[in-house]
Amino acid sequence: MAISTRPALPRTGVPAPAHRGRGRRRSSLLRWNWFGGAFGWLWLIVVMLPIYWIVITSFKTRANYYAQNPLAPPSSPTLENYRLVVEADFSRYFLNSVLVTAGTVLPAVLISFMAAYAIVRGGAASGFLRSVNGLFLMGLAIPLQAVVIPIYLIIIRLQMYDTLGAIILPSIAFAIPLSVLVLANFIRDVPKELFESMRLDGATEWGTLWRLAFPLVRPALVTVTIYQGLGVWNGFILPLILTQSPEQRTLPLGLWSFQGQYGVNVPAVLASVVLTTLPILICYAIGRRQLLSGLTAGFGK
Amino acid sequence: MTVLAPPPVAVPSSSTGGRSRSVSWMVWPALLMFVAFGVVPLLGVLALSFTQWDGIGEIHPAGLDSWKVVLSEPGLLHSLWVTFQVMALSWLFQTPMSLLIGVFLASHKRYRGFLAVLYFIPLLLSSAAIAITFSALLNPNFGLGTGLNVDWLNQDWLGQGDLALGVLVFVVSWQFIPFHSLIYQGGVRQIPISMYEAAEIDGAGRVSKFFHITLPQLKYTIITSSTLMVVGSLTFFDLIFVLTAGGPGDATNVLALEMYQTGFKANLMGPASAIAVILVLVGLALALLLRRLGGGSATDSQLEGA
Repeated sequence: MAISTRPALPRTGVPAPAHRGRGRRRSSLLRWNWFGGAFGWLWLIVVMLPIYWIVITSFKTRANYYAQNPLAPPSSPTLENYRLVVEADFSRYFLNSVLVTAGTVLPAVLISFMAAYAIVRGGAASGFLRSVNGLFLMGLAIPLQAVVIPIYLIIIRLQMYDTLGAIILPSIAFAIPLSVLVLANFIRDVPKELFESMRLDGATEWGTLWRLAFPLVRPALVTVTIYQGLGVWNGFILPLILTQSPEQRTLPLGLWSFQGQYGVNVPAVLASVVLTTLPILICYAIGRRQLLSGLTAGFGK
Repeated sequence: MTVLAPPPVAVPSSSTGGRSRSVSWMVWPALLMFVAFGVVPLLGVLALSFTQWDGIGEIHPAGLDSWKVVLSEPGLLHSLWVTFQVMALSWLFQTPMSLLIGVFLASHKRYRGFLAVLYFIPLLLSSAAIAITFSALLNPNFGLGTGLNVDWLNQDWLGQGDLALGVLVFVVSWQFIPFHSLIYQGGVRQIPISMYEAAEIDGAGRVSKFFHITLPQLKYTIITSSTLMVVGSLTFFDLIFVLTAGGPGDATNVLALEMYQTGFKANLMGPASAIAVILVLVGLALALLLRRLGGGSATDSQLEGA
C-alpha cells in the first residue's frame, strides 16, 4: 500500500528522470562525504550479507549446513535442494503467480490508463471526473489489510472462493488509485497543442489515447506495470484468505507452507526463496532503469 | 467505441463540455472495479462491525456487541501499543539512516548507479521470503553469530519478546531503508545548487549547509517518506505473520495480525471488523496529521529558485 500526501507536482517535460546534468558540478562542490559514505557502504554490507548467505546456503547439503561455517561457501555444492523444491509443486505455484500477476496488472494498468486519460482530458470541464479523481486519491489511504473481511464475504457470495480470480479482482481494484495518480501526472505533461492538433485532424479520444498518449506515456506505463506487478507477485494476504487448496497457491504462500513442511531443512527452504525471487530479479535486471527513474521522479519531490 | 467521438470539425473552445462527455466513459471500468472491491468493502467493514458472523453461516445484526467485546478486551490495547512501538521505532531508525545515505547517493554520482542497483534488491523479495530468511539467519546455533564468530549475535532472537520486537524493526529497516534512501536522493537532487554556492560564499561549512539548506529544503520529502513509513507500518502483516506469527506470546501482535486472528482463526468476524475499522481510522488520522505538519500549500519555498 502506498500513500502520497502530496501528489507529485507536475514536472517539466515528458517523463524524463530528474537528471539535469548537475551531478558533476554538485560532486565537485560537495567533496567526498565521509560520514554519509560510511553509512552507505556499511548498509550495503548489511543488505548484501543475507542475500549472499541465502544463495550459498541453498547449494549446501544438510551436513554442510550443520558442520560448516555459515558464511563459508559450500564445500560440496549440490543441486539437491533445488530438485526438492521443484518436486514440491513449485512449478504449479509459479504458474499461478504468473497468471495472477498478469491477470491483475494488464487489466489494471489498461483501465487506470483510460481513467487517467479521461481525468486529464475531461477533468477541467466535468465535475464528475474531478470527483472520481478525488475518490481515487482517497483510495490511496485504504489499507488492503483492513478490508479483507468484506472482500472475503464478496468473494464467497460470487462463489469464487479458492480460485485465482478471487485474488485477481481485489488486486485490480487496489492497483487502480496509485496507477491513476502516476499516469495522470504523466499525461498532464503532454503539451496541450498535441491533443489539439489530433482533434483538428479528426481523431477520436480513443484514437488519441492510443496514438498520442500511449507512446508518450509508455515509460510511465512500464514503471507502473512493474511496480504493481511486484506488489501482486509478492502479495500474501489475499491468497492466504481467499484460497485454501494447494492447487491455487501462489509463490509466497507456497513458500510459507514449504517452510512449515520442511522447516528443519534450511538449505531447501532457502533454495525455494532463491527460486521464487529469481523471476523478479530477471525482470528487475531488464526494467531497472525504468523503475528507478520512474519511482524517484514520482516520489522524490 | 467511437460512437461518442466529437465531430471531426474544428469547433470553438466552448465545446469542452461535449468533449468531457465524450471522454468520461473511459473512467467507468476503473471506477466500477474500484467501487466494487475498494469502496464497498470499506463501507462493508463498518457495517460488518455491527453484526455477528462466523465466516461461514448467516450474518446477524448485533448492534454494538462487537465493539463492546473489542473495546473491553486487553488484546486490543496491547496490539495498539505494539503497533505504535513498531511504527515509532522503525521511523526513528529508518529516517536518519535513509537521509544520510540519500544525501550521500545524491552527491556521488559515480557510486549512485552501482549502489542503487544493489539497494533495490530487498524491495524485490516478498515479505514471506524475507521473514523466512531472517528466521533462519538468526538461528542461535547455525546462523549469523556463528558465521561471524560473534557470540553476542547468538541469542534466541525470536524467542524473547523485546528481542523479537527489535528484530522486527531491524528487518523492516532492512527491507525499506534502501527505498527511502532513493526517495531522499531524489529530493536532494531537486535542491537548487545555487543555494549551496551562496552558502559557500557566506562561508558555511558542510554541517551547517546540511542543517540550514539540505534539511529545510527536504521538508516535503521527509513528510512523504515519513507518511509512507508510518502508514505503511500499520499494514505489516505478511512479514510478522511469517516471522513471529505475533509471538513469542503476543509480543509482536500488531493490529493487522490481531484482526486476522480474531476473524479468520477465532471466526469472530464482527469483532475483527471492528478492529479493522480502528485500523482504518488510525491510518487516516496519521495521514492527516502528517499532512497538517506539512503545512498548507506545497508550492512555496521548496520550488523557489528552482
